[in-house]
Amino acid sequence: MINEQVVEVNEPADRTALQYLRANGLTGTKEGCASGDCGACTVMVGELKDGKVQFKAVNSCIVPVGQLSGMHVVTVEGLADQSRLHPVQTEMVACHGSQCGFCTPGFVMSLAAMLENGDPAKIETVQQGISGNLCRCTGYRSIVQAGMNALGRDYESRLQDPVFFKDTKPPSLGSVQQPLNESALREAMLQYPQASLIAGGTDLMLEVTQRYQSFERLIDVSRVTELRSITETQDTYTIGASVTYTELEQFFANRSEQLVSLLHRLGSRQIRNCGTIGGNLANGSPIADMPPVLICWDATLELCSSAGQRREVDVNEFYTGYRQTVLRNDEYIAGIRIPKTSFSAFTRFYKSSKRIEDDISSVMGACLFEGDGVKITAARIAFGGMAATPLRLRGIEDMLVGKLVNHELLEDVSAALGKAMAPLTDVRASAEYRAAMARSMLERALNEFSGVSKPLVMALELHA
Amino acid sequence: MRKLTNNEAGAGVNSVASGMGDSLSHDSAIKHVTGGAQYVDDILEPVDLLHVATGQSTIAHGRIKSLNLDAVHLAEGVVDVITVSDVPGDPDVSPVYTGDMLLASAEVVYIGQPIFAVAAISIELAKKACLQAKIEYEDLEAVLTPQQALANESFVLPTRSFVKGDVGEAIESAAHVVEAQLHVRGQEHFYLEGQISLALPTEDGGVHVISSSQHPSEVQKLVASVLGVNIHQVQSETRRMGGGFGGKESQAAVLACIASLFAIRNRRSVKYRMPRQDDMVQTGKRHDFWNRYRAGVTDQGVIVGVQMELAGLCGCTADLSEGIVDRAMFHADNAYYYPAARINGYRCKTNTVSNTAFRGFGGPKGMIAAESMMEDIARKVGRDPLDVRLDNLYAPGRDETPYGQKIEQHMLRDMMEKLADDADYRNRRNAIVAFNKENADLRKGLALTPIKFGISFTSTHLNQAGALLHIYTDGSIHINHGGTEMGQGLHTKIAQVVASTLGVSYERVMVSSTRTDKVPNTSPTAASAGTDLNGMAAQNAAEKIKQRLIEFVASDSGARSNEVTIENDMVVVRGESRAFDDVIKAAYMNRVQLSATGFYKTPKIHFDKETGKGHPFFYFANGVALSEVIVDGLTGEYRVSQVDILHDVGNSINPAIDIGQIEGGFVQGMGWLTTEELLWDDTGRLISNSPANYKIPTSYDVPEKFSVQLYEEPNREETIYQSKAVGEPPLMLALSVWCALRDAAASFADYKFSPPMNAPATPEEVYYAISAAKEYSSQ
Repeated sequence: MINEQVVEVNEPADRTALQYLRANGLTGTKEGCASGDCGACTVMVGELKDGKVQFKAVNSCIVPVGQLSGMHVVTVEGLADQSRLHPVQTEMVACHGSQCGFCTPGFVMSLAAMLENGDPAKIETVQQGISGNLCRCTGYRSIVQAGMNALGRDYESRLQDPVFFKDTKPPSLGSVQQPLNESALREAMLQYPQASLIAGGTDLMLEVTQRYQSFERLIDVSRVTELRSITETQDTYTIGASVTYTELEQFFANRSEQLVSLLHRLGSRQIRNCGTIGGNLANGSPIADMPPVLICWDATLELCSSAGQRREVDVNEFYTGYRQTVLRNDEYIAGIRIPKTSFSAFTRFYKSSKRIEDDISSVMGACLFEGDGVKITAARIAFGGMAATPLRLRGIEDMLVGKLVNHELLEDVSAALGKAMAPLTDVRASAEYRAAMARSMLERALNEFSGVSKPLVMALELHA
Repeated sequence: MRKLTNNEAGAGVNSVASGMGDSLSHDSAIKHVTGGAQYVDDILEPVDLLHVATGQSTIAHGRIKSLNLDAVHLAEGVVDVITVSDVPGDPDVSPVYTGDMLLASAEVVYIGQPIFAVAAISIELAKKACLQAKIEYEDLEAVLTPQQALANESFVLPTRSFVKGDVGEAIESAAHVVEAQLHVRGQEHFYLEGQISLALPTEDGGVHVISSSQHPSEVQKLVASVLGVNIHQVQSETRRMGGGFGGKESQAAVLACIASLFAIRNRRSVKYRMPRQDDMVQTGKRHDFWNRYRAGVTDQGVIVGVQMELAGLCGCTADLSEGIVDRAMFHADNAYYYPAARINGYRCKTNTVSNTAFRGFGGPKGMIAAESMMEDIARKVGRDPLDVRLDNLYAPGRDETPYGQKIEQHMLRDMMEKLADDADYRNRRNAIVAFNKENADLRKGLALTPIKFGISFTSTHLNQAGALLHIYTDGSIHINHGGTEMGQGLHTKIAQVVASTLGVSYERVMVSSTRTDKVPNTSPTAASAGTDLNGMAAQNAAEKIKQRLIEFVASDSGARSNEVTIENDMVVVRGESRAFDDVIKAAYMNRVQLSATGFYKTPKIHFDKETGKGHPFFYFANGVALSEVIVDGLTGEYRVSQVDILHDVGNSINPAIDIGQIEGGFVQGMGWLTTEELLWDDTGRLISNSPANYKIPTSYDVPEKFSVQLYEEPNREETIYQSKAVGEPPLMLALSVWCALRDAAASFADYKFSPPMNAPATPEEVYYAISAAKEYSSQ
C-alpha cells in the first residue's frame, strides 16, 4: 500500500523502494546517496502490529520494495490531507526549514514518523529522529525548531486507522521470500540454497546500489516471528537475530544505560529502524559496534541450519578472519543469549568516530569489570577496529584480575595493550590514534571503576 | 535555541505589500515540503531516454597504451559509446584557461578521470557496461601533494605576489617573530542533489539542456563548442538546484556536454546523473592549502610585517584556480592591518581531480592563516587573543590592504566589542580559565573571531547582470534574471525587489527558470553576488516599466509625471486612486510596452593582476562569531557548546533568508573545520569517497545555544536596498570553532604555547594538538 492506495507490485528482488516510487511518478522522494547515509529518500512505513498501526522512518534507497508487502508506505506526496498541509509541513514552511529543498522531503517524513509515534517535543528526541537526515543548507536550527513546534501541536492522525490494511495481502513468496516462522524460513532456504538472507538490508543492499551486483532472490528474515522476539528466562535474555536496534533501544532502556547511549551513536534512526543485531554479526565486519559489547556480555549465538540442526557458538569463536565467520551458507543466526549477570557488572562501551551521530567507529571499546572498585575479580575486554576481527584481550584481562587499580597497573596495561593489537591506518583514523584511543578507553574505564574519575559516557555527555 | 520571532527584524518596520525587508518564506517552500518542487531528475522522462555513465582512469598519472571497448559496446542495454575522438567540436571544456578535457585522450591525469562514456537504456546498465572495458596504462610519476608540487615547481598557473613595503626588514626588526605552517584540507560540496543534466535534441541541430548548474550561460557556451554549433542553437535552463555551493559553477558543464553529444548522435533525449560516489570522485572540491607564515610583532602583539606562502592544491588543471588562489591572497589579512607584507600564492598542479569553487572561493584558506597567526601571537606575548585581534584590526590611518585597496568602513571593532559584551566574553573567559584549572581531562575553549570578506568577482567583467520583466494584461508579473536558485532564496529576494520597485504586492510576481534564451550572456551565480547583481538588473527593468506606466497615467489624466505614484497595488494621481490591474489593462489598450530588460554593472572596481594592486572589491561584508567548545583531553572528542554570531548584511531584504544563510554557512564552515576530512591514499585515490566515510555535520553537531543577530547598518555603497551580500561570508565565521578548539588545547600548556593543529580539527587532530601542549608542559 502506497499513500492509502493498495498496489500490486511485481518487481525483481533487488529493486529498491526508491527506484519503484520514482519510476511510478512519486518523485518527491529523492536519491541523495543511495547508501542510507543522507536520508533524502526517507519514507514512512506503517505496519499493523497487534491491531495497532506503527510507523517508522526508513531509507527507501536500500529497502527492497518486495520487503514492504503488507505495509503502508507513506511518501511526502501522501502527507497533506487534500490541500491541507500536514503539521510538519506547515512548521517547516513557517520556520524557514527548507532552502534548496532537496533534503526536505526526507526531513518531513522523519519528523512525520515521530508525530505518528507520539514522540515528545524535546530537542534530543528531535535530533535523534533526524539523525539520518543530512542538510547542507540550513544548519539545522530551523528544522529542529520546526520539529519541536510540530511535536508540540495537537495532532490527530488519519493514517492510524487499521482499516487501511484490510485489502493488503500477507507477505509475498515471490522474488523476496518472506517466511513468517522458522520452519518456513528453513523451507525457503532449502528451496533456494543460493538466495541471500536479508534482514534490515542496511549493508547487503549496498552491494546493489553501490557495487551494481544483482540478487535474483532474497529470503527476508525480518518477518520470522521467533527471530523477532526477545525472550527471558530466570538467568538469560535471548534476543532474536531479527530484532532491530530501535527495538533493542526500547528493551534495554532500563537495563543498560551504556548500551542505549551506544545505540544512539550506531547508525541513524532510519538505520536503527531496519538494521538488526543478527545482521551486525553475520556481515562479519571487524568494526561492527555490537560484537565487542556481546563479547563483554559473554553472549552465546544460537545458529540453525536449513535442515533444522542447532548449535551454539560462543561469540568469541564466531569470527575466524576478516569478514569471515563460522556461519555456514546453509545456516542462519537464530538468536543471541546473554546471561543476566552481565548486567549487574560494571560496564563501559566507548565509540570513537569523527562524527558523533551516524558514523562508523574507528575504535569500538567495551569493558566489563567485576569487583569492589578497588580490586578487579573478573574482567572482559573487547575492541573493534583494532584487528581483522573483533578482538577479545584475554591477556589484558588476566593482568587486571586480582590486582589493585592504581597508576602502576594502568601503565603496565597500557604498554601491554600496544602489543596486543595491530590496528590499521585508513580513512577513519591512523593506526597510532586507534592505539591511543584503545589506551584512553581502558584507562578511563579503570579510573571510573575505581572512582578516580567521574563517569563520562562517551562524547554524548560532553554537554557540561 | 533562539526563538523564531527574533528573526523577524524587518517585520512591521516595512510591512508594505511588496514584502521588502520582511521575512517571507522561500518562494518554493510549499513545493519543497510537499515534494512538488521539480529537480532535473524529477522531470517526467521522455520515452526514448538514454542514461550515461563514464569509464574512469584507475591510475593517477599515465599514458593509455590500449583501450578496448568491444565488450562495452556489446554489454546489455548499451546504445552508444564515445571517446574523445567522437567529439565533433572542441573537446576542451575549460571554463577560463585550457586543459579540462571532456574525455581523456592519450594521457590520464587523475584517478576517476573519464576516458569514455556509455549511453544505455538505464543508469544501472550504463554503470555495469563501463566495468567491461579493458584498458592498459603506462604509469607516469604522480604529483599528489602541495609540497611535492612546490618542490617540482609543478604549477597550473604562474605564482603571484602582493608586496607592500619591506617585509624582511620589518620582521627582522620586530620584538617577536611567530612562524608556523598549517595544512588546511579541502572540502567536498556534498550538495544533496548530485550533478545532473538532461539534453533534448532540437529541430535546429542543437539541444535544449536542463541542468543543475550555477552557470547556465557557460553550459550553453561549452555545449555549443563541444557540438561545434553556434551558441544560439543551444538553450540552457536551470529551474533550481538541490544545493550548489560553488560545486556547480564550472563542474556542471561536463555532464551537459556529454549528454548533449549523445543526444545529437542518437537523436534521443539523454540524462546524465552522477551517482554520489562518481560525483565525489569525479568533480572538483575545495582546494587543500599548505600555508606558511612568518610575522613580526611588537611586545603587545601588534603586527609590523607578515610574510605568507599560500599553496593551493589545484589538481590537474587550472579550472577556476586563478581566482581562487587570488582570493586566498586577498583574504590573507582577514581583518588585520599589515604595515608590511609579502603574500605569495602558488597554484600547485597535482594528479588529483581539478579543484574548483566552493563557498568562500579560497578566502577561507587565507583567513585561517591570519587567525592561526593571531592565536600564535597571543600565546607569544601572553595576551588574550581577543585583545590581540582588536589591536590588529584595520582602523583609520591603518587602512591599506596588501593589494592597495583602502578599507573605508571600519565596523569590526564595534561589532566585536558589542558581541563580546552581549555574549559576556570576558566573564566567560575567566570562568573557562578557572574551569580548566580544576579539570584534568575536560577542558573548555573560547574564541571570538572576525571576518571581512570582499564582495565582487575579482574578474571584473563578470560583475554584470541582466533581467527580463513582463507584466501581463491581468496584472500578473513575470521576472527572469541571470541568477540561478540553489536554495539561497535569490528568486524570493528578486521578487521582493520587483514588487517593491513597482509598488505592487509580492504575490503578483513570479520568478521562473533561468534560461539563456531569456537573459543571455550571464555570469555564474557565485561570489555572493547573486542578489547584488541581479537585484539591480531586475530593479532597472522594473523602473523602466514603472516610468512608462507613470508617463501613461500622467498623460491620460493630464497630470505631471511627478504627481503619479504607485504604491500598494494602487496608482495614485492627484489624490485619485486606480487599481494597478486596471491601469495595466488601459496601458495595454494604449499600446504601452509592458516588457523591459534590465542591466547592471558594478561600479568603482578595478584590479591590475600584474602589479597586484587595485580596488577589486566594491565593498566588504563583515561578521563576528564567538564559539565555545568542550574537549575531552583523553580522546580529543569535543562538542561545540555555544555559538553567538553578529553579522553584517546591510539593510536586510529578507531577514529570515539572511539568517538562514548565516546559520547554514556557519555550520558548513564548521563541518569543513571539524568532521569533514578529505583524504587521498598514496596512489592518489580519494578514500573519503562516500557519505559513509566523509562526514558532514548532523543536527546533533549544532549547538543548542546558537544565536544569530543582524548588525543593522545600511551598506554605504549603492547596492540593492543598501543590502550586503550574504552567501559566502558566514562560512568563515566557523573559524571561531577551530580557534576555540585550539584554545582548549592550549589550556593543557597553560596558554603559554600555541599547539600546532591542522584543519579539519577531527578528534584525532585535536588529540594530537593536546598531546603537543601536554608535551610542552612537561618539558
